[in-house]
Amino acid sequence: MPATKSQPPPAAAIATSYLNAETTIRSWLLTTDHKRIGVLFLAATSAALALGGVFALLVRLELLTPDRTFMDAMTYNRFFTLHGVIMVWLFMIPAIPAAFGNFLLPLMLGARDVAFPRLNLASFYFYVAGAVVVLGGAIAGGADTGWTFYPPYSSQTPTALVPVLLGVFILGISSTITGINFIVTTHTMRTRGLHWFRMPLFVWAIYATSIILVLATPVLGMTLLLVAVDHAFGLGIFDPAIGGDPILFQHIFWFYSHPAVYIMVLPAMGVITEVVQAFSRKEIFSYHAIVIASLGIAFIGFLTWGHHMFTSGMSMFDAAAFGSLSMFVAVFSAIKVFTWVATLYRGSIVLDAPMLYFFGFLFLFSIGGMTGVALASTSLDVHWHDTYFVVAHFHFIMVGGTMMAFLAALHYWFPKMFGRLYPRMWSVVAAFLVFSGFVITFSPQFWLGNAGMPRRYFSYPPEFQALHVISTVGSWAIAAGLVLTLAYLVGSLRWGKPAGANPWGVASFEWDTPSPPPQHNYEEAPVVTGGPHQYWREGGGS
Amino acid sequence: MKTDALQAHYEDLGKQTHAARLGMWIFVGSEALLFSALFTLYAAYRVAYPGTFGEAAGHTDLLLGSIMTFVLITSSYAVVAGLDAARRGRTGRVAPLLAAAMALGLAFLVLKGVEYTIHFRDGIFPGRFYRFEAFPTDGARIFFTLYYFMTGLHALHVAGGLVLLGALAWLARQGRFDAVYHTPLELGGLYWHFVDVIWIFLWPLFYLLR
Repeated sequence: MPATKSQPPPAAAIATSYLNAETTIRSWLLTTDHKRIGVLFLAATSAALALGGVFALLVRLELLTPDRTFMDAMTYNRFFTLHGVIMVWLFMIPAIPAAFGNFLLPLMLGARDVAFPRLNLASFYFYVAGAVVVLGGAIAGGADTGWTFYPPYSSQTPTALVPVLLGVFILGISSTITGINFIVTTHTMRTRGLHWFRMPLFVWAIYATSIILVLATPVLGMTLLLVAVDHAFGLGIFDPAIGGDPILFQHIFWFYSHPAVYIMVLPAMGVITEVVQAFSRKEIFSYHAIVIASLGIAFIGFLTWGHHMFTSGMSMFDAAAFGSLSMFVAVFSAIKVFTWVATLYRGSIVLDAPMLYFFGFLFLFSIGGMTGVALASTSLDVHWHDTYFVVAHFHFIMVGGTMMAFLAALHYWFPKMFGRLYPRMWSVVAAFLVFSGFVITFSPQFWLGNAGMPRRYFSYPPEFQALHVISTVGSWAIAAGLVLTLAYLVGSLRWGKPAGANPWGVASFEWDTPSPPPQHNYEEAPVVTGGPHQYWREGGGS
Repeated sequence: MKTDALQAHYEDLGKQTHAARLGMWIFVGSEALLFSALFTLYAAYRVAYPGTFGEAAGHTDLLLGSIMTFVLITSSYAVVAGLDAARRGRTGRVAPLLAAAMALGLAFLVLKGVEYTIHFRDGIFPGRFYRFEAFPTDGARIFFTLYYFMTGLHALHVAGGLVLLGALAWLARQGRFDAVYHTPLELGGLYWHFVDVIWIFLWPLFYLLR
């Protein structure tokens, strides 16, 4: 292993880890330990995933029949809006960076903590406050605008839009703080010998994500604040009736919300990069290709927002420019996909749960990415805009990409975080359930969209019913897989076999310290002499 | 050196200061982007209503706006003088200079309130409530909506900055800063200057570009 290896101390010495050093509830709620904050975020974002999932199941259930199944149209509108808001802002944006990023970044840098531990705790409470305000709004009447809050409808809707918008604004503060913290941590807390190009690629992914968080989130916050004030006091800044321009909202909204897609997918790619190396026992095919592609996506991602607006009235030139720039993102994504596949070549592939999710990610992300290129061409987009084709496309990227990677990360680092193993058989069953459920749910939506089924509609012509039924049944399989995962992971916390320091035999820095790690991560600051995952070195892997 | 300034997870004070400085600069950058959304709106609407914006700027009080600019920049000078005093080890001067900066910041807010009151008397309200008889157009309405939103958000930042300066003045009175350790003073000052810089952009946009 490239880092100076401290021999794992005997069992008695590792008895105090970050988990059992203090066990009072107060010590958890007021902790400044990045590992505990990571665990808090993991619990909170998992709860958000469950809640957003319940709304998704209800929406799919309603769509089982062409007309009203069991809820009225207004309730349906509220439910799909809450599904979107919860999944985007309470789960996907914070899940991987705030939970796994927090836990792993200092470990991977050989640091004792992040640069600003108290701010880190503040970030968690901003998240909680934002979640409470959003959910308070949901109980007070919900929002029915969809997660995009387009005016002029958003300034007139009778629903409780203001708390939802303010909640998202507060969540933005949480994201910004986390982003600043991670950038500064990466710059200043690297241990001796850990040059930029020796950092684990997950760190690069988190770093690129943090840059987007810091640059894009404030713009979104401001935009949503304007809509909130508009809704509450009739400011009318986007209201065409008194001289405003609703298209301007779309520009500013997507200036954030398109990069936000990369906030969701870049950390996922970072996880996937770690998992493919660990479970094929091979160093990444090209380290630099992944780094350059991550930064390239972070940069180009800021120049593609217009592809959401091809049908909003945009000049031919602008549409062509935004379309080509959007396709450019696919070049960087393809570099990553080919690098991962090349890493598999002649590796010793181990098919544990994280690796199954890697293959799931690869398959779904590729389909999602390629349909994205198709959508970026203006002529096709006019046909598919605001149809189920788009819904299927972004679910392939976001659920197929981010959620698969979230599950991969959970299964890969679970032993690191809690020092326990989970039952392999159940994890394989769950992975198959989630993957096949996903394909069954979202593949029919490509056909639905191409046939003309618009997104967000409450009712549809009877000839679409067969595909909708297939899609709804698929959603139950995903739910079953996730409930199963929750059950065996929670069970393993108590009854799982002790994992030992490095159960997967991985040659990456974070496994050099005991699992679960002691409070200050490393007994002595490690000195790094090479990159991570160098299995070809003597003693690489264990 | 104040040994208690070093936190447990840093190797030395140099690294810690570097981290704090970098963090503050990135924070200021993200704050700039918060305002950038509004500057973008201003630019877009100025293009959409070419003549109107210039004419509407003629209805704000140039003299009052310029006095406010002077007051705010002077307060920034007081903060710099405080930091300089700390660097030279004249720690007794820090708290009074910060108090002077706070007084000027407060004066800025009072003047802003006076200006709002004058506008309200003319019927210049934001958005739907706009009823300025001398200039009843949609472009002027949007100009003044942006005016209230941007100067209002700026005023909130000034208020936040005043709280920050108050905390720093209190710490300075406790003798927490000296020639070696004065990072909070430097970074708090940075934030105050940033609030200044935003005003330096607002001043031409709403008062000078007639």
